[in-house]
Amino acid sequence: MRLKISYRRKMQMKLVRHAVLIMLLGLGLASCGSREPATDIAAREGILLWGNGTEPKGLDPHLVTGVPENHIISSIIEGLIAYHPDNDMIPAPGMAERWEHDPAFTVWTFHLRDAKWTNGDPVLASDFVYSWQRALTPELGNQYAEIFYIMKGAEAFNKVETKDFRTVGVKALDSKTLQVTLNGPAPYFPNMLKHYSWFPVNPRAVEAYGSIGDRQNSWSKLENFVGNGPFKLKKWATNQEIEVVRNPTYWDAKTVKLNGIRFFPIENAGTEEVMFRGGRLHLTNTVLNEKVPIFKKKMPDQMMIEPYLGNYYYKINTERKPFDDPRVRKALTLAIDRQLLVDKVTKGGQLPATGFVPAGVPGYPPSDRAAFHPDEARKLLAEAGYPNGKGFPKTEILVNTLETHRQIAEALQAMWKKNLNIHIGIYNQEWKVYLDNMKGGNYDMARAGWIGDYVDPSSFLNIMTTGNGNNDTNWGDPRYDALIDDAQRAPDEKTRFAMLREAEQIMMDAMPIIPIYFYTRVYLKDPRLKGWHPKLLDNHPVKYLYFDGQRVTAPKTAGSAPKPVSTASATAPAQ
Amino acid sequence: MLKFIGKRFLQGILVLIGIYALTFFLVASTPGSPFSSERAMQPEILAQIEAFYGYDKPVGERFLTSVGNILHGDFGPSAVYANRTVTEIIAESFPVSLKLGSISLLVALLLGIPAGILAAVKKNTWLDYVPMSTAMAGICLPTFVMGPLLALVFGLIFAVLPVAGWFGPEFVVLPAATLGLYYAAYFARLTRGGMLEMLNQDFVRTARAKGVPEHMIVWKHCLKGGLIPAITFLGPALAGIISGSFVVETIFQVPGLGQWFVKGALNRDDFLILGLTVLFASLIVLMNLLVDIAQVALNPRLKYD
Amino acid sequence: MTDHSETAVLGNEAAPVPRHSASEIAEHELIQGSSLWKDAWSRLRKNRLAVASLVIFLLIVVASIVGPWLVPYNSQEQDLFLGATAPSAAHWFGTDTLGRDLLVRTLEGGRISLMVGLIATVVSLAIGVIYGATAGYMGGKVDATMMRFVDLLYALPFTIFVILLMVAFGRSMWLMFVAIGAVEWLSMARIVRAGVMGLKKQEFVEAAVSLGYSHKRIILRHLIPNVLGPVIVIATLTVPAVMLLEAFLSFLGLGVQPPNASWGVLINEGQQNMEIFPWLLIFPAFLFALTLFCLNFLGDGLRDALDPKSAKD
Repeated sequence: MRLKISYRRKMQMKLVRHAVLIMLLGLGLASCGSREPATDIAAREGILLWGNGTEPKGLDPHLVTGVPENHIISSIIEGLIAYHPDNDMIPAPGMAERWEHDPAFTVWTFHLRDAKWTNGDPVLASDFVYSWQRALTPELGNQYAEIFYIMKGAEAFNKVETKDFRTVGVKALDSKTLQVTLNGPAPYFPNMLKHYSWFPVNPRAVEAYGSIGDRQNSWSKLENFVGNGPFKLKKWATNQEIEVVRNPTYWDAKTVKLNGIRFFPIENAGTEEVMFRGGRLHLTNTVLNEKVPIFKKKMPDQMMIEPYLGNYYYKINTERKPFDDPRVRKALTLAIDRQLLVDKVTKGGQLPATGFVPAGVPGYPPSDRAAFHPDEARKLLAEAGYPNGKGFPKTEILVNTLETHRQIAEALQAMWKKNLNIHIGIYNQEWKVYLDNMKGGNYDMARAGWIGDYVDPSSFLNIMTTGNGNNDTNWGDPRYDALIDDAQRAPDEKTRFAMLREAEQIMMDAMPIIPIYFYTRVYLKDPRLKGWHPKLLDNHPVKYLYFDGQRVTAPKTAGSAPKPVSTASATAPAQ
Repeated sequence: MLKFIGKRFLQGILVLIGIYALTFFLVASTPGSPFSSERAMQPEILAQIEAFYGYDKPVGERFLTSVGNILHGDFGPSAVYANRTVTEIIAESFPVSLKLGSISLLVALLLGIPAGILAAVKKNTWLDYVPMSTAMAGICLPTFVMGPLLALVFGLIFAVLPVAGWFGPEFVVLPAATLGLYYAAYFARLTRGGMLEMLNQDFVRTARAKGVPEHMIVWKHCLKGGLIPAITFLGPALAGIISGSFVVETIFQVPGLGQWFVKGALNRDDFLILGLTVLFASLIVLMNLLVDIAQVALNPRLKYD
Repeated sequence: MTDHSETAVLGNEAAPVPRHSASEIAEHELIQGSSLWKDAWSRLRKNRLAVASLVIFLLIVVASIVGPWLVPYNSQEQDLFLGATAPSAAHWFGTDTLGRDLLVRTLEGGRISLMVGLIATVVSLAIGVIYGATAGYMGGKVDATMMRFVDLLYALPFTIFVILLMVAFGRSMWLMFVAIGAVEWLSMARIVRAGVMGLKKQEFVEAAVSLGYSHKRIILRHLIPNVLGPVIVIATLTVPAVMLLEAFLSFLGLGVQPPNASWGVLINEGQQNMEIFPWLLIFPAFLFALTLFCLNFLGDGLRDALDPKSAKD
């Protein structure tokens, strides 16, 4: 017996030893991984490591709609107008060297510079005509086609009322001159052109892989891509990274300081954060709201909070009881303590939203109608027939699946319970189903967000006109529609803003939406990254970015040989 | 043997057809559409997009078209990712999952099987409870807790491993450990059960009575039979593990196949969903066939039927 | 052969079920009166881990049911000024980011998670037992057809299947339980079928047939009660599998509707902030893991106890 046990023991010991050995082997392998942080090496070499949210749906500027796509596309394609490094209101010259307009701000003429596509073709005025025709070709199904409707005849062409693109207000006067005719005056037109929908594509490249209206055209794949931006596409590994490198043929190559950018599609905010702290990213896409106060304290030079031209709000279905009564809608709005919400729940320095157009548009301060007045709210609710919340029907907030949306909805739910004594449920749905329900008017109240396409109140107020596809509230007011429409033909900016303000106040008095807060961009940034300035629309022109202590690489222009200095500074520690 | 394989192959084809039809109509009847977008689209544009992907046709017709296309090896375009095809998406991500999956499975076997044998030999003692509890940890803590914990400890605190990403061999360790730990529990359990059964056979008692040393009994007489349950499980486990894990891939930023199962379903990327379903079902069918063959090889008493 | 089946969690999200699972599980396990249960109980009692698991599990169940009434807080009562605070005399488990008492939320989360586990298991049990027994009893073509269908479902990627079901039925917690149960019945059906096939040849069944009893009566009265042993084992193991599945769905945000929270929801919330508010993860995750540990060990213990061959020592 004794013998038997000892054999068993031996065997067990052996097993244990094997297990330990395997574990040690694993750890041994593992420890080979520790070395200098990737961010240090990359900063020295002038490579930006950028946490870019999600895998882009594509890199064809006429087929995508997202912000992550914007970051990549605007680094490899340049439109007529480029982003200004630190001022959203200034249109910087891009493919257009200069431009002028008629006194009515309706007919615009753009003079193109000598620039090249990455395949060697010159960038021509006719390329823009082709590109905009493509963007408006109905079969292509460009979701952003609507942004072109400011241009004469664009809507009719896009909606197949005519097949003749010559009816649209864009033409190439010669190879370097582009003339655009708009429906009405639009002094902000150059700023609008910064949006990637207006970006050009290379007609030869597109036609080589399909027709003008072909959605499955493969010109924008890695191996076929032709751009004209400060960088060019080098690597595209799905769900892993997209790498762009300096484009030597870019017209302003001498300004470009970075040697490359690697965009990482990281959807999980927690993963992104540990990657940043673990030295694998210079920039993150976001920060979990609970971490913001901690990072603000611990690493104030890395925690970035900047205003962002967007409004987080709830849409109200004004056809459903009890929300068909404006008093009920107002009561709900006035019962929200927005300051408490942004301080204690969202925590990212957001501003309480008192109106629909966010703070930040020069000359257009936010409306003040959506304040916190619990007494007034109770009074309105009682007037509407629900004294102390009595008899208030069962209603729900529709939110799409995301932790923060849930938290905000829970906080508002509690505020309405406390201040109005009514219970409003929360209904959390998957994105696509949420969209279907919201667009189909199948909701009581729904979470929504709107980010401006350009810095102007019209980018927000336009969506609330009667029957607009983004209104979704069933609310409409002819006075509002008329003001929005007339504002397009206002003789000057001041009058235009006055008309828009009047329209906004009409809407805020009817309250088909509940403004909650104005967005901020909240992210982590490596302090060595320079040339990065707060931007209202989060469009940071990448050509001005550089790293402190970056190895100096001379732009590859003819005649300039690499200087010996470059190797010397490479060994210097990066600060 | 050939007849057996042939029969199984035909059965497999039938299963695939059935699954395809089932998934197709399930997808078609789920609310939401691949083309709904936050920013309102002009109805004319939406109609054009739907027409491009064939969504203007009735469901029955779409089904027949898609079956026809698949028979020609065409799984269609992704309905969400512009100009990428389902085949391209799978071809790019499957090798990653294959690599991560095989390594994880190896980890699972190396941890699970010894733990299971030890536990069976020392049934109802601490040498049963402790390894089994350890193995069980993998299925008692959700992977979305285990993963970030490992990343925090080994990636940030000890800083010996990269926290996330997929750029070299050292990046495999943490995701493989997370995934492997999960499967280890199953292997430990199956091995323990299988070994216990063998150890309680009459011939074992006879052998013991004859004074055959215990390690001989365990290694020579019981191991082969005792591993059968684990081997049976190996097939479906392999199919499951190499088709990726959403949680592990999300947390460790691994560009594998598992993310697409979830993203496809959430984005309502119908063609991608169907392509993945076909791939997964084929893997299961194939693995089960291999398991059947392996079982017969291990246990001569079984015959092909 | 011992039963070596595992419950399916999520096709590719977790270990799938061995297809040949549970082969002739009930074969050697015919019920000989109540003695089997007595023997099984006495064998189970020897397994200290299983007994401890049972006790702890029952304690957790009782705490989840009774606890919320004893805690002097409402699970939905917020205190935004308080925010997340560490455990204290006032709040034993601390408070969450909206200033809600975590103890009461964890206990109520336990109610939901356990309910998901139990109800989904009952659903899978009902479908699986009836389906398996029918197939096994009818045999022949009916059996072949019915089991081909099970094969078919086995090869379905459950991630996609469950997400689509959740998207379609996510509105109601009850429909969600049913949806999960509806994808978990496969191994149950296989095991019951195998058991019934073995029993069918037994004298008492043949006697019942010769007495002219209806199929329904034979299946319900004679066959099903006799395969209860393995069914109980599988059910015990299905509960933790379902709870894990619910946690996975919570990670995707597909779980229960707010402001209710299951353990899965709480753990996911805690996981995101584990460095700054560790208690938000520790308490729900500990209770969740403990419950799963207990159920798994109990299931394994029951399997050992109900399988006379493997428990002779």
